[in-house]
Amino acid sequence: MKKLLLFALLLFHTQVQAITIEITQGAEGALPIAVVPFGWKGPAGQVPAQHVGEIVAADLARSGRFKTLPVGSMLSKPTAADQVDFRDWRALRMENLVVGEVKPNGPGGYLVRFQLFDVYRGEQITGYNIPTTARDLRATAHHVADIIYETLTGQPGAFATRIAYVTDSQEQGKEVIALQVADADGYNPQTIVSSAEPLMSPAWSPDGSKLAYVSFEKGRPAIWLQEVFTGRREKLTSFKGINGAPAFSPDGRYLALTLSKDGNPDIFVMDLARRSLRPLTRHWAIDTEPAWSPDGRFIVFTSDRGGSPQIYRVPVSGGEPTRLTFEGGYNARASYAPNGHELTLVTRVGGNYRIGVLDLNDNSLRVLSDGRLDESPSFAPNGSMIIYATRAGSRGVLAAVSTDGRVKQRLAVRAGDVREPVWSPYYQRERNR
Amino acid sequence: MKLNNLSWIMLALAVLVLAGCGGTQTRPDSGAQVEERGGAEAGGAGGAQTAGIRGGGAWQGSPLDNPDSPLYVKVIYFDFDRSDIRPEFIDKLRAHADYLNSNPQTRMVIEGHCDERGSREYNIGLGERRANTVRTFLEAEGVSPRQLETVSYGEERPANPGHDEAAWAQNRRAELVYQ
Repeated sequence: MKKLLLFALLLFHTQVQAITIEITQGAEGALPIAVVPFGWKGPAGQVPAQHVGEIVAADLARSGRFKTLPVGSMLSKPTAADQVDFRDWRALRMENLVVGEVKPNGPGGYLVRFQLFDVYRGEQITGYNIPTTARDLRATAHHVADIIYETLTGQPGAFATRIAYVTDSQEQGKEVIALQVADADGYNPQTIVSSAEPLMSPAWSPDGSKLAYVSFEKGRPAIWLQEVFTGRREKLTSFKGINGAPAFSPDGRYLALTLSKDGNPDIFVMDLARRSLRPLTRHWAIDTEPAWSPDGRFIVFTSDRGGSPQIYRVPVSGGEPTRLTFEGGYNARASYAPNGHELTLVTRVGGNYRIGVLDLNDNSLRVLSDGRLDESPSFAPNGSMIIYATRAGSRGVLAAVSTDGRVKQRLAVRAGDVREPVWSPYYQRERNR
Repeated sequence: MKLNNLSWIMLALAVLVLAGCGGTQTRPDSGAQVEERGGAEAGGAGGAQTAGIRGGGAWQGSPLDNPDSPLYVKVIYFDFDRSDIRPEFIDKLRAHADYLNSNPQTRMVIEGHCDERGSREYNIGLGERRANTVRTFLEAEGVSPRQLETVSYGEERPANPGHDEAAWAQNRRAELVYQ
C-alpha cells in the first residue's frame, strides 16, 4: 500500500484564521442533491468533531454544479440503504441522495461508509467504505465529495486538494508576509514561511509535496524549495539580479525560472537533480512567468519583446518563440489548463486587469472576471475552476470562477491582504474500485 | 427494494504514516526571521552629521541631508509602463553622480519599484529595468559600476498603499539608497 501524502499536511501547527468562501454567483441548472447528515455508530459521548455529511454537502454546493437540500427540509434522515424511502425524496424533487455513517474502527480510527442513490430509479449508483482517522476525517469527507462529483459529472473532483497563497498583515505594528497552505475549502490554513520582506510566486511540485517560492528575506530575491510536510527547505538560486517565477515541469525533474544574471530577465530551465541551468530565451526584452504545457513539451511566458507584454510559446528543447496573444495591449502570467488546449492569463480590458481564458485552438479570448486589478490566475487540477487574486474595497482577497464563467466565489480571510493563490495538483491516491 | 448489487469497495486509504513526521512540528528553518532593511528615506551616508541647525547659511551636515541640495531627492518617479528618466530628474541624478564620483568609497543600491497594476513577476522585470536605467545614467556620468547595485521589488513594496492614480504615481519609482 502506498503512503498517501494527501492527509498528512500537519505542518507546524501554526494555526491561522480560516478563509471563508462565499458563492457570489451560482449556476443555473445545478443538480438537486440531498446529503443527509451522516449517522454516528459509536458511543454517544464520542461523536467526531468533523461532520462528514456537512463537509460533503458544502463541497458539492460550492462547486456550483449542485444545489443541496437544506437539512431542515428533509422529510426523513436515513443513514443506511434499508432506511431509505425514495418517495420522501421524489416528493422533494431530489435527483440524487447521499446517506452515510461513521463508526469507530480501532484506536483513533473511523470507518466512513456512504451510498449515493439515483432517486427516480430507486437504485444505488455507488458506495464506499473508507477507513480513516480522527485527524484525516475532513480530508476523507472531501474525498467522498470527489467520488460523488466524479460519479455524477464524469469529471474528477478537486475537493481533496489545497491552495497556497501569500498573506500580508500587520502583527503588533509590523508587516508580516506569509506563505500559507490551506485545504481547498479554506480550512486548516497553516503558515509555512513568514518574513518581514516580500514572499512571492509560490509554485507546487507536481506531487504536491513541495513549494518553490521567491523570498527577499536577505534583502535580495532568492528562489527557495521547501518540503511542505516537513518544512525543510533549501536555496535554489540567488544570482545577482532577478531570481523569480519558478515553475515545475510536469514530471517534477525541472524548474523553469527567470534570472537576470546576464543583464536582463530571461527564462532558464534548471535540472533539479544536477542543479544545472540551461538558458531557454535570450532577448533584451523582459522574458518572465514561464509555465509548462501539461505534456512537458512547451513553455509559455510573458515577454514585452513586441513592445507590450504578451504571451509567447517556446519548445522546451529551445527555438524561436511564437506569439500567442494578439488581442489587447497587455497579456501576462499565463498558465495551461489541465487539458492543454487553453491558457488562463491576465488581460487588460479598458483600464482594468482581468482574468481571461485563451483557447489555443481558435485563438479566442474570453474574459471571466470583472475586477479592476485581478491577477495570478491558477486552474484547479480538474480544470473546473480558476482561482485568482482580486480586490474588495482596499483589501486583497481571493476569488474563484468556473471555467465557463457561470459560478463565482469569493474567498477571504478576516484581516489583511491575500494574494497569489495557486491550486495544488491532485495528491497521489488509490482509486481502485 | 433490495440492494443486491451492493458491493462495498474498500477504498484503502492508507492511514498515513509519514516518515519522520513526528519530528517536524517545529519550523526547522527560522532563516526568514530577518533583520530590518534600512529605511529608504534614511539616506545617510556613513557618519553623516545631521545635527547642524540651518541658520546663517551654510549647511553643516551631509549634503545628502540638505533640503536645499539636489542630493536631497532620493526618489525619482516614472510614467506608467515606462522606464525612461523624466527631464525633471536629470539634474538630481547628475548631482548624485557627482557626489558618488567625489566619494568613491560610497556605495548606492538603486531599488526599482512599480505600481500594482499588471502581473507581479512582470513588474519585477519592469522594476529592474527602471533601476538599470538609473544605473546606466550614473555610469555614463562616470560613476564606477563597483559603487552601484540594483534590486527590483516590483510592486511588492509600495510607497503609498492606495489604489488610485495618485498612489500609483508615487509607487512607480526608483529609490537611491546610500549604503
